[in-house]
Amino acid sequence: MNAKRPVVALIAIVSLIFLYVPSLAVAIFSVNNAKYGLLWKGFTWKWYTQLFSNQAILDAALNSLFVAVISTAVATVLGTALALGLDRFPWPRRGVKAMDLLVHLPVVTPDIILAAALVLTFSLLRKLSSVFEMGMFTLILGHITFQISFVTLVVRSRLAALGRDIDEAARDLYASGRYLFFRVTLPLLMPGIMAGAMLAFTLSLDDFMISFFTHGPDSVTLPIYIYSSVRRGISPEIHALSTMVLLITVVLVVIAERLSRFRREG
Amino acid sequence: MAQVQKCFGSHKALKGVDLEVRKGEFFTLLGPSGCGKTTLLRIIAGLELPDSGHVLLGGQDITRLPAAKRQVNTVFQSYALFPHLNIFENVAFGLKARQIEPFEVRRRVAEKLEMLGLDGLDKRYPHQLSGGQKQRVALARALVNEPDILLLDEPMSALDAHLRTQVQEELRRLQRELKQTFILVTHDQDEAMVVSDRIAVMREGLVEQVGEPREVYSKPRNQFVAEFLGAANIIAARRDGGRVVTSLGSFDLSAAPAWDEGSLAIRPERIVLADGQDGDGNWVRAKVREAIYRGQSLDVWLTPDDSAAGDPFKVRVRTHGKDHLRPGDQVSLFFPPEDLVALDQA
Repeated sequence: MNAKRPVVALIAIVSLIFLYVPSLAVAIFSVNNAKYGLLWKGFTWKWYTQLFSNQAILDAALNSLFVAVISTAVATVLGTALALGLDRFPWPRRGVKAMDLLVHLPVVTPDIILAAALVLTFSLLRKLSSVFEMGMFTLILGHITFQISFVTLVVRSRLAALGRDIDEAARDLYASGRYLFFRVTLPLLMPGIMAGAMLAFTLSLDDFMISFFTHGPDSVTLPIYIYSSVRRGISPEIHALSTMVLLITVVLVVIAERLSRFRREG
Repeated sequence: MAQVQKCFGSHKALKGVDLEVRKGEFFTLLGPSGCGKTTLLRIIAGLELPDSGHVLLGGQDITRLPAAKRQVNTVFQSYALFPHLNIFENVAFGLKARQIEPFEVRRRVAEKLEMLGLDGLDKRYPHQLSGGQKQRVALARALVNEPDILLLDEPMSALDAHLRTQVQEELRRLQRELKQTFILVTHDQDEAMVVSDRIAVMREGLVEQVGEPREVYSKPRNQFVAEFLGAANIIAARRDGGRVVTSLGSFDLSAAPAWDEGSLAIRPERIVLADGQDGDGNWVRAKVREAIYRGQSLDVWLTPDDSAAGDPFKVRVRTHGKDHLRPGDQVSLFFPPEDLVALDQA
């Protein structure tokens, strides 16, 4: 047994390196003082400073943020409501199972399928209203559709951990529906809701597939901008941009993780 | 409470329960798990709706009244304290939900915290308390509302044996002081005996017997009640004129049975064990098979000499631990007529 341990540890470390070499490479080249080539020409922040003076990139970053904030806000409310509805309404047992499956399905469905479905849906809806011309609105709708499931899953697991005793205790202690919701259910659920929102926010920032198919000329997001720039040739600016997006994502994921652990012992 | 029935799918959890709990008494619903006692409690609390039947409180029908509108509060088995609120806020919850003045809330919460020995803990959170403290917070949180009925759903099950005995006695004292109606659900017959004014023994959705602890223990109505409330000797019997004939001999009973053939019950500690004495009525000669020393008592298993044909009938006698008896010893047993109980057919 002991003899095997170093091998297992080694494999684990190699896997981790394998996982992070690409990101690390990007990070290194984002501070390399060379426009082309793969040689180290000294340290520089200039690609980062150029980044912040590039209007197209700033616009794309703003678009990404705008889409992420709006879609996360909407998806969090809808996803939480869905989780509450699934958990608290006395559905027949088979009904709950079917609905659970329906919630899980979008999580495992390939993004490209969802993207294609959205393209079709929007083109049908365009016949009804020009609101569904590809643009900011369709992009936000697209993001909401895949975010809801994730929020619902996170909030539901928190609900399941809470159990029903607490709700019953509150009702037994004269709490009306409103009082119960705002003084007991919502505060206890908040860590779960925040974790779900963080996850949804990160997913929205990162998303390429859905965005690519549902955006319009007014709503180029960062991932789409990076994609189109890379096709024209990789520049150190893009490395800098990628590194920053990566760091922001890491921070958000860590916060989401912290929030979902918060007060779990209660 | 009248004719309460409750079904879960095809399973009938309550098959028509009629009970009357008196104001100011400590009433216990006692039964094995799955007998419907908790369901009944939840119906009284308003957390469950009966399929048929009515729940009356002081003459008023509250069957359809939601839990939040009933002057009934519950101590849950899990305590169900609010983890995001401190002890003060937990206890104050019911008062604040009814918009009682802050000054009044503080006064009543402080009073209950002191009564239950929780003063000084008001700023703590539930996860910082011990099991016994949590239980007292749950009790304070319910009692502070001065409910018409306090419901207790197996509140002792999470405590260790030593603490449990202590809490039972405390609960009894508390109820005497407050003179409020308490309804307790438990599967522990000792607990039921210690705390209750009256006990309802339940089985499979039905009430088998209601009475004071002394009554249900010494005059059980049927075999289930006799055996659930402690050890019992069950003896098959047949009526013959004024006496009752069994395989051990014939006995006099202080209350004649209503049947011609049925069974008798007697508690092991009610059988009198004597050496060398003998008599005509209710005396049985027997040989010791096994003696189990339990410290406070000695459990003796005996085979009567006259044990008619086939397998020897075993009698269990409980005597104080001072007695020394060995397998093979010959003894005489006296079955007091008033302690022999004729059981209803189950």
